[in-house]
Amino acid sequence: MNTFPRRFFYGDIPGDNTGGDSTPTSTAAATDWPLWEIFIRSKQGLDHKHVGSLHAADARMAIENARDVYTRRLEGVSIWVVESRYIHASSPDEADSLYEPAADKIYRHPTFYQLPDEVNHM
Amino acid sequence: MSQLIDYTCYLGDNALILGHRNSEWCGHGPVLEQDIAITNISLDLIGQARNFYQYTASLKGGDTTEDTLAYHRDAAGFRNVLLAEQPRGDWAYTIMRQFLFSSWQHLLYTSLQHSSDTQLAAIAAKALKEVTYHQRWSAEWVVRLGDGTQLSHEKINTALQSMWPLTAELFVPAAFELAAPAIDPKTLQQPWHAQVAEVFREAELTLPAAVDGNSDGKNGAHTAYLETLLQEMQYLPRTFPNATW
Repeated sequence: MNTFPRRFFYGDIPGDNTGGDSTPTSTAAATDWPLWEIFIRSKQGLDHKHVGSLHAADARMAIENARDVYTRRLEGVSIWVVESRYIHASSPDEADSLYEPAADKIYRHPTFYQLPDEVNHM
Repeated sequence: MSQLIDYTCYLGDNALILGHRNSEWCGHGPVLEQDIAITNISLDLIGQARNFYQYTASLKGGDTTEDTLAYHRDAAGFRNVLLAEQPRGDWAYTIMRQFLFSSWQHLLYTSLQHSSDTQLAAIAAKALKEVTYHQRWSAEWVVRLGDGTQLSHEKINTALQSMWPLTAELFVPAAFELAAPAIDPKTLQQPWHAQVAEVFREAELTLPAAVDGNSDGKNGAHTAYLETLLQEMQYLPRTFPNATW
């Protein structure tokens, strides 16, 4: 049987649950388990940030794996996991129509206001 | 005092030897994520061993350090239970051992954190958070394998049958466990039994009948497995006594 390696790049969401380089590996289990996207909140009050992905059999295992893989150095206080197949991404082919129209509309940026010096973090 | 030294050393030995066994999975785990999980548990256990050994060394005084305790004692000087030194076997075996061990260690540290010996109490309180996770992680894997495929059920059941007789030693007191601040291991047996029985029910495993045991490992009478483990673990500091990073 021919198997063609398919490479995914950072930010790509594969449709069939097999993330990364799908060259057959020796551990069948790794490819049987779905891929999960991991979001970690580093401090109370901040938002969850995407940190990477991993394989797990179910949500609980995904949280534990994320704890072991991504929070070993006190990176987080809260973990979200989402199965990758539930994430819908914009297509790179549509970049022109989606994003370029915003390029020449400077009036959308709030740069025309005079800010008092006392307001520091705007 | 000598009883307390033996007891703190015993607590350290259990953690170090199982920590070393689990570390053998590093780079060989069934999947990357679980490789990291079991290695984290190793590091937790070795960290606990360091805390207990540092305390032992301060009680002993002289030239004793945590390193001399770990690297310059022979098998007969180690007091760990036989369960800890058994080979890592397959993944089911490692999981089952971790579950039986962590469930016991969780109860032990829970009692120990209220010890009149403030140093032991502090070490136990710190380690308890780690062990709570070890127990949760391993219990979930026991259920996953027991209630999984026919093959996984067979493997976890085989692991249980082969290790069950060794669990008796956990609750047979050695001389150094007879007086405070040591926790009487007999008081842990009933709750331990109830806890593992509940997980086995969920995992569709049959609880084996109770067995009698002795306290061989606690008294330094070990299986040959400890000998080979120490040969590898102690090789470097014994060959190059003053080696540093």
